[in-house]
Amino acid sequence: MATLSVSRLYKRFGSVEVLKGIELEAGTGEFIALVGPSGCGKSTLLAMIAGLETVSEGEIRIDGTLVNSVAPKDRDIAMVFQSYALYPTMTARQNITFGMESRRVPKAEMDAAVKRVSALLQIEPLLNRKPGQLSGGQRQRVAMGRALVRDPKLFLFDEPLSNLDAKLRVDMRTEIKKLHQRVGKTTIYVTHDQIEAMTLASRIAVMHQGSIQQFDEPQVVYDRPANMFVAGFMGSPSMNFIPGELTKTDGAPAVTIALEGGETATLSLAQMPAFRPADGKVVLGVRPEHLFRFTENLKAQKPALAKLAAPVEVVEPTGAETHAVLKIGEREILGRFDPDHAPRLGELMPLGIDMSHACLFDPSTQSFIPQAAA
Amino acid sequence: MASATYAAAVDPSARAANLRYVAARLGVYAFLGFFAVIYLLPLFVIVSNSFRELPEIAKNGLISWPYSFSLKAWSQAWSHYCVAGTCEGIQRNFFNSLEMTVPATIVSTLLGAINGYVLSKWRFPGSETLFACMTLGVFMPGQISLLPWAFILGSIGLSNSIAGLILVHIVQGLSFTTLFCRNYYVSIPDDLIKAARIDGAGFWRIFWKIILPLSPPILIVTVIWQFTGIWNEYLFGVVFTGGRQQPITAALVALQTGQMNAHPYDIASAAVLIGAVPPLLIYFFGGKYFVRGLTQGAIK
Repeated sequence: MATLSVSRLYKRFGSVEVLKGIELEAGTGEFIALVGPSGCGKSTLLAMIAGLETVSEGEIRIDGTLVNSVAPKDRDIAMVFQSYALYPTMTARQNITFGMESRRVPKAEMDAAVKRVSALLQIEPLLNRKPGQLSGGQRQRVAMGRALVRDPKLFLFDEPLSNLDAKLRVDMRTEIKKLHQRVGKTTIYVTHDQIEAMTLASRIAVMHQGSIQQFDEPQVVYDRPANMFVAGFMGSPSMNFIPGELTKTDGAPAVTIALEGGETATLSLAQMPAFRPADGKVVLGVRPEHLFRFTENLKAQKPALAKLAAPVEVVEPTGAETHAVLKIGEREILGRFDPDHAPRLGELMPLGIDMSHACLFDPSTQSFIPQAAA
Repeated sequence: MASATYAAAVDPSARAANLRYVAARLGVYAFLGFFAVIYLLPLFVIVSNSFRELPEIAKNGLISWPYSFSLKAWSQAWSHYCVAGTCEGIQRNFFNSLEMTVPATIVSTLLGAINGYVLSKWRFPGSETLFACMTLGVFMPGQISLLPWAFILGSIGLSNSIAGLILVHIVQGLSFTTLFCRNYYVSIPDDLIKAARIDGAGFWRIFWKIILPLSPPILIVTVIWQFTGIWNEYLFGVVFTGGRQQPITAALVALQTGQMNAHPYDIASAAVLIGAVPPLLIYFFGGKYFVRGLTQGAIK
């Protein structure tokens, strides 16, 4: 069992700074997801943890030991690659035992380890096949077997599911989650898919432009995103941003937003913002699932429901729910509706926004404005 | 349906299209056949002359239909004919060439593979520049290095020796073998190397266990290239060796020029063919890999 701690980590390629002061902690048995758009530095960070990239500045510790200049093979880590990186000329069994052979593990011990891992991953019938004779999902399993077999301190995944088709990806995601629950290894998992991060991780580090934007539990990242980047990146379809101004109605805090034709709507906030940006300007963040067709019944259930009228521009049924693009002022926002109460094209819809889940951001810094009960 | 199919089969426009297709095919074969004959004609002349008797060649000319058959020229060329004062045919020179070509091919290919491995998978500051400098050798004509080599071979005591020629060919061949191997290894995913490093394999273990097993296509190409190139090389052989030390290419020329009486066309033909056998064999057995290796990417 092992911990990982990364502090003040920098990576520079010439004059380009790829990682800017990364701070990251993983406790024993934790599943940390590094998520961000391509080019955010997440794979570089993983490669540095693995020892495949040198450290420009800062510290990487595994189990408290500084490993900055320790070779990858001596860090006691295992890694699963996006391309699986199975050795093409070796059978699945040889792929799995290659690392143990390099370390001169006795034959009997090796056989026992292969047996244990292949039973765990259900790959016994595949052991004598070469990677070219395996399907994508099977290669994925063999690659995980190769990583698991050495019983490493730290498990590193580099976008392991992105080469699989959509259906298999969901299945393998569940497999990985089960596997982690069973073996309980400290795991660092790089992905650009926020759903993978949400479903798998015990904590998520959202990265953007070489720094960590937020590092917290999935639900906190989702509900209280540290800034507009995180808010927009996590969740699909992504959060709607509506510019507005902090005001008051009946002494309670509210946000006033512009509608079409110079009209405005004032939406009461459920909670008190912790501070007021200098000019009172804010950005209201509303997730698509917090938009409803307004009815008095619903208002009775959700007291924080604010009402306004919005024209419907596009309607996209997906079966389970119906997505609709609505117009608020100059902006288009997207909502996810129950098909039974879905908007109709061309309708001026009575829209309910659940303000208890709404987020506020400071437009000048893009950062989250916490809200607390008044 | 059945009647519709039948009608289509006798449709006059379909028959015309069919005829046009056959005519076009015939045209293509005739065209290709014509050029094949042109390319094969010299070979035919040499092969037939090696089996004709000298008086018949003298009477009917070098290029004419063969009427006599004899194996004498072959045995003469191989073991009896006098070349540059020694009368033991070209067999000694043939073995000289073999002794030179085999080690030079193996060593230059292996060094090229190691170079290519380093230059593609263990890059270091300046490795690209180094690679560019090495590939410059590909474009450099051999004559440029004649004098430097003469100096080097002289000063290390390897002039007029097979060992000297081996050294020259290894070094001269490195540009090509490095270029071939490096370009092939570039297409092997870096992730394999990273995975192996995490698996605890070092520089050499990765080379032997992962890179080399993936290399047969490019190694075959390199071996064919090097073997034929070194075997057929003439300039270094004739400049740096003499007499009994000469490779077969140099001896063939000596055989043609050192004659007082009638030109021995039959023996010369047989000797040339003997000299051409090893590269032909290499092409014969490795040719399909050669074409495949040159055109195929490494790993899917």
